[in-house]
Amino acid sequence: MRRRTFLLGAVATAGGVMIGYRSWSGSFERAARSQVEGPGEHLLAGWIKIGADDIVTVQVPHIDMGQGVHTALAMMAAEELDADWSKVRTERAPGEKTFANRFLARGWIMQNRAVPAFADGITDMVFTEAARFIDLQITGGSTAVRFTGRAGMRIVGAAARGMLVEAAARRWNVPGVRLAARDGVVTDPATGRSARFGELAEEAAQLSVPANPRLKEPREWRIVGTSPTRFDIPAKTDGSFAYGIDLALPGMVHAAIRVAPVHGERLLRVDTGPAEAMTGVERVLPLDHGVAVVAKSWWQANEAMLALEPEFSTEGQMVLSQADLEQRQDQALGSEGSSAHAQGDADAALETASAERIVEAVYRVPYLHHAAMEPINATAQFADGVLTLWAGEQDALGAKALLVELSGLGADNVIVRGLPAGGSFGRRIAPSADYLRRLVPIALAMSPRPVKLILSREEEFTHGAYRPALATRVRAALGENGLPTAWSQRFLAAPTRNEAFVLPYAIENQSLRSIDFATHVHTGTWRAVAHTQHAFWTESFVDELAHAADRDPFVYRRDMLPEGSRQRRVLETAAERASWGTPLPAGTGRGIALHECYGTWVAEVIEASLGEDGGPRVHRVVAAVDCGGLVHPDTALQQVEGGIIMGLSAALREKITLEDGRIVQTNFHDYDVFKLEDTPKIEVHFLESDAPWGGLGEPALPPVAPALANALFAATGRRIRRLPIADALAETA
Amino acid sequence: MASMTLRVNGEAIDVELDPAKPLLWVLREELGLTGTKYGCGVAACGACTIHLDGRAVRSCILPADAAEGAEITTIEAVSGGAAGVAGQLAQQAWIEMQVPQCGYCQSGMIMAVAALLGENPNPSDDEIDAAVTNICRCGTYPRIRKAVHAVARHMETAS
Repeated sequence: MRRRTFLLGAVATAGGVMIGYRSWSGSFERAARSQVEGPGEHLLAGWIKIGADDIVTVQVPHIDMGQGVHTALAMMAAEELDADWSKVRTERAPGEKTFANRFLARGWIMQNRAVPAFADGITDMVFTEAARFIDLQITGGSTAVRFTGRAGMRIVGAAARGMLVEAAARRWNVPGVRLAARDGVVTDPATGRSARFGELAEEAAQLSVPANPRLKEPREWRIVGTSPTRFDIPAKTDGSFAYGIDLALPGMVHAAIRVAPVHGERLLRVDTGPAEAMTGVERVLPLDHGVAVVAKSWWQANEAMLALEPEFSTEGQMVLSQADLEQRQDQALGSEGSSAHAQGDADAALETASAERIVEAVYRVPYLHHAAMEPINATAQFADGVLTLWAGEQDALGAKALLVELSGLGADNVIVRGLPAGGSFGRRIAPSADYLRRLVPIALAMSPRPVKLILSREEEFTHGAYRPALATRVRAALGENGLPTAWSQRFLAAPTRNEAFVLPYAIENQSLRSIDFATHVHTGTWRAVAHTQHAFWTESFVDELAHAADRDPFVYRRDMLPEGSRQRRVLETAAERASWGTPLPAGTGRGIALHECYGTWVAEVIEASLGEDGGPRVHRVVAAVDCGGLVHPDTALQQVEGGIIMGLSAALREKITLEDGRIVQTNFHDYDVFKLEDTPKIEVHFLESDAPWGGLGEPALPPVAPALANALFAATGRRIRRLPIADALAETA
Repeated sequence: MASMTLRVNGEAIDVELDPAKPLLWVLREELGLTGTKYGCGVAACGACTIHLDGRAVRSCILPADAAEGAEITTIEAVSGGAAGVAGQLAQQAWIEMQVPQCGYCQSGMIMAVAALLGENPNPSDDEIDAAVTNICRCGTYPRIRKAVHAVARHMETAS
């Protein structure tokens, strides 16, 4: 992430460099048309295809992994296009530079600030080229609607509409301004003449793309803000929806792998004989870090794999056990790190405060696994000098860059075909895609036949890209009124972009220091990334401060938030809808937490108790969400529900642990995720605001753990300072 | 290798295979019925749920020869199998309530729900919890519960 951010900055400021790329633009547009246009179809404004049959197909530069973005983005484009919604479809944009996601790049650089109108044309060109330059086609960071949609699909739709209207104006020899477009038809109110989009597309495609198309005001929206049936749903109810794992290609063979159980270790030796003797097996291939078996069917490949006894090295500097891990965390917390944020003088304020006004705590979070339902898989074929990948990668262009690096081929000889993923949650993204590193040598060895690699669930569990196991030490001094005057925190951090530590509250003196921490265990981006641990730390500790000050945890928070702010309104709404302050049955408590993530504010109130068996029970979750505006309210609700359930599951029970440096958990029997019976009542309240749109796929998750831990404190008086909660409770029982 | 006849979605199919091969992989690899999903391989997640004589069974640990002689129904034909009415109504409710997110677990979910409703057309929440123990990582559970109750209401008015 850091590398990308840097490159973007460099490209964005080096205007002179851009001119060179700019002159390629025409050939890019021609290439884009050749990649997606079929007979009778015409690509307008680079991203919208209209057929003679009036079917409008929006190219979407994100994968479908369950978040409904194809429908939402098509709605945003169709709204401005004034299309007939019943004729709108989507296609996954090819994983090629011609479809680099310029909108996402722009959103990142602008840090989600509104793009000033005067800069619009200029930034668009600069960022298009920047995105192409750095291979950006990522699904992640809850960016699809807020960046690709808001800064991209709306403008593309409006531009295409402008081209269609202009084509009609030329055909009828009338001024374009007097024409109207609605439901896929351009009409001339003065003469009553009309033409369907499909009739105008060919002429429209010859026109230049308008530089400043007019966007609708929200009050003019007719499609955005409604909840039509998502495109992908019918096929997900009859078994016909095809994921990467379902791909079938002529002559395809199947691969299973086993990689060194301690991450980073290498294959020393393996007797390939036992597998080679088995039915269906075609090849046994030793790899740098493991061994692969290729067979006629995947079941045969995996059965043969189980017959092998590979030996692996044990040389690395590994963390052996949980105790070892905690010791290293504590040691790391003793170092200075680097300043993440500083204001006032927190250390001086803490030094002068009397001991009874100081609160201090250490919190820990475990490694977490994505455990998406579709096991990791990818298919590759090297034939006629071209390497083709079929996979549900979140970052198609990043995957392409990785394949170029691994194969030594030129970019023109590597093709990435994006497929839908059965969940991902941050797992299938190029820097973490170790499975692609295994697949490429197998595909090269089996050339010219295509090879589908599926990780067995056991292999998938023990070679994840986990949410890192991290810890923090935090101290605060309370002033006369009980509110904190100083907050001093050191936290361990993985080397990814981190904006999650920011305190939402007005505290005069702050010192937040970040300490890089890594072990041999492979980590990556887990849903909401660093927000998952920081929300737990910040919002649990604020709760501790409220109780130390003998104040109500809701009022305590509210009093540190600016009046009239989005965050204060979100917090107040959650409290009000959850009837904060009203009596609950004995033994049941309420907890509250507030967090901002990817431009969206979420506050949650959770009611919980301990069951007769001593285990935690969640009774009710109330969420208030301000993400600016909503495109498809039902999908938005679904993302929040799903985020809350994944958050509850992780907070209560999920953990990846170590033994002799290996991952202990191997499948769902020992990685206990939420089921239907665990799911409590969830109520979601959306607050609309005029703020720039925020993300929705992730922001509902981070406040869950602290709200639940705070609820259990209210219920039992036991403070939870480590996750999962089930372990913390067992420890203090 | 062994020859056997499997009855799948109302059709008798002669296959030649390793009798230990789990039915899941026979369906996916030999018969091209990819709607039934591999999730865990140890009957823990339910993504591979099919009907064996109308009852929900996890096919990833069921050897092919154990299914010989039984009526096998997969998601592709759930609206026409033994629990056909419940299956078809479940599919409709899944669309109306926009249940799926990534959708990968939903074949198994619908199979589990159709089998439950075939036996018990008006299950309580506890009965739903006990019968539908499949895993959905996207967290579609609240909608699944609502959809099951909606199907139960339909079945009541239809009967």
